[in-house]
Amino acid sequence: MATRLGKRTLQLETRPRILASAGVAGKREAQGPLGSRFDRIFDDTTLGEVSWEKAESKLLLSAAQSALNKAKLQPSDVQAAFAGDLQSQCTSAVFGLRSLGIPYCGIFGACSTMAEGLLLAALAIESGGFSVTMAATSSHFCTAERQFRHPLEYGGQRTPTAQWTVTGAGAALLARQADAGAPYIDKVQLGTMVDLGVKDAGNMGAAMAPAAKKTIADFLHDTGTTPADYDLILTGDLGEVGSTLLCELMQREEGIDLSQKQRDCGLLIFDREKQDVHAGGSGCGCSASVLCADICRALREDTLQSVLFVATGALMSAVSSKQGESIPGIAHAVLLKKGEPQ
Amino acid sequence: MSVSNEDYAAMTNRAAPPSPLALDCLKAFLVGGSVCCFAQGVTEALVLLRLSREDAKLLAMMTLIVLTAILTAAGVFDRLAKHAGAGLAVPITGFANSVVSPALEFKSEGYILGTAAQMFSIAGPVIVFGCSSASLYGLIYFFLAGRR
Repeated sequence: MATRLGKRTLQLETRPRILASAGVAGKREAQGPLGSRFDRIFDDTTLGEVSWEKAESKLLLSAAQSALNKAKLQPSDVQAAFAGDLQSQCTSAVFGLRSLGIPYCGIFGACSTMAEGLLLAALAIESGGFSVTMAATSSHFCTAERQFRHPLEYGGQRTPTAQWTVTGAGAALLARQADAGAPYIDKVQLGTMVDLGVKDAGNMGAAMAPAAKKTIADFLHDTGTTPADYDLILTGDLGEVGSTLLCELMQREEGIDLSQKQRDCGLLIFDREKQDVHAGGSGCGCSASVLCADICRALREDTLQSVLFVATGALMSAVSSKQGESIPGIAHAVLLKKGEPQ
Repeated sequence: MSVSNEDYAAMTNRAAPPSPLALDCLKAFLVGGSVCCFAQGVTEALVLLRLSREDAKLLAMMTLIVLTAILTAAGVFDRLAKHAGAGLAVPITGFANSVVSPALEFKSEGYILGTAAQMFSIAGPVIVFGCSSASLYGLIYFFLAGRR
């Protein structure tokens, strides 16, 4: 049974293992610094499908199948899938996973979906009722543009604060039992929405940074730890502007220097000097593919021992932005650790 | 110490890199000017071919619209417009692109509910306010000058 540490953090007793994970990505992502780490790369943006929505569904399915293959499991072995994406009513998750026959729970956390999914999948294991669960999410540049911004061929200019939606997906399989090298989830924290009045949908890093700050500060406080206790505090996807603001807020409000340990998935996935992505990457698939392809592998390879994964989401909709609402940010935390628990 | 919304807005402004305004203006000026020169060139060429100036002007505009539609469909227009900004948005090229791009984008929802229904999703407001202001101007003109 999980125990509560401080106000918001949960210590998991069963310490659910990440049996296998897979991250898949598109061409632009493959040209970035993490290109060689992805499990599968799709050079064709359409993935051979007739619509962008079908292409994104296929991305998600491909990540889920890669994870299943790595774990040598059949879809019927998985007792629950927690999945979602950016599209209305979680289109990609529904149509991507419908053929697998896995009990499904649709979730929406915008770009924080991977952390939200991992948290729920881990709690399901912790409940004792599930022995294998899945967390998965995806995003596609073309579906996101069309839903939240303009048609692809529309000739507009992006602001320097805008982020580039990643074409990618990630899936992780969690289990009560796994091999000795499998990373495990030690602690989780369900995030709280924070809204400091940012209305600019072209600057989502700024909208999400206060939520990331709150979650990280609460986590450190609840666990009595400092950034030095972690190899990496991995946010996603604040981009350049949001990362700067997060470190500044943490310094001003808590007096904690985060800059040495904090890295952002939106900045890791692209090379901003060479790739035209403005403030960095974004989208559910950004933190999902970075975590599932690169970070989980690093935890298995022993290059990382403990990673505090804090995926952030901008919880606006296409309608709320037009109606002048500000953007509530959210950040969920999942502490991943290497190998066997002490 | 907790940060207020106003403090945070100031922090956000400081952290956000500004747009390269001077460069953007220069590019818009050069491209926009070139588009206009091109259209003027087409007009003059057509006049030389013995078309009336009125017809030549109309045909020059149609040339820009057709060229924009082709460049949009070929996936070239948005790459040019990314640099040119207002230089391509303000001339009729911007209007043509704003009609063609959603028409292409929403084809996946079918020709009726997709292409036709969404075609004016960006250009619609321009048409509505353009027609409204033209009607208003027409009424004012009618009452002040037209009745004489």
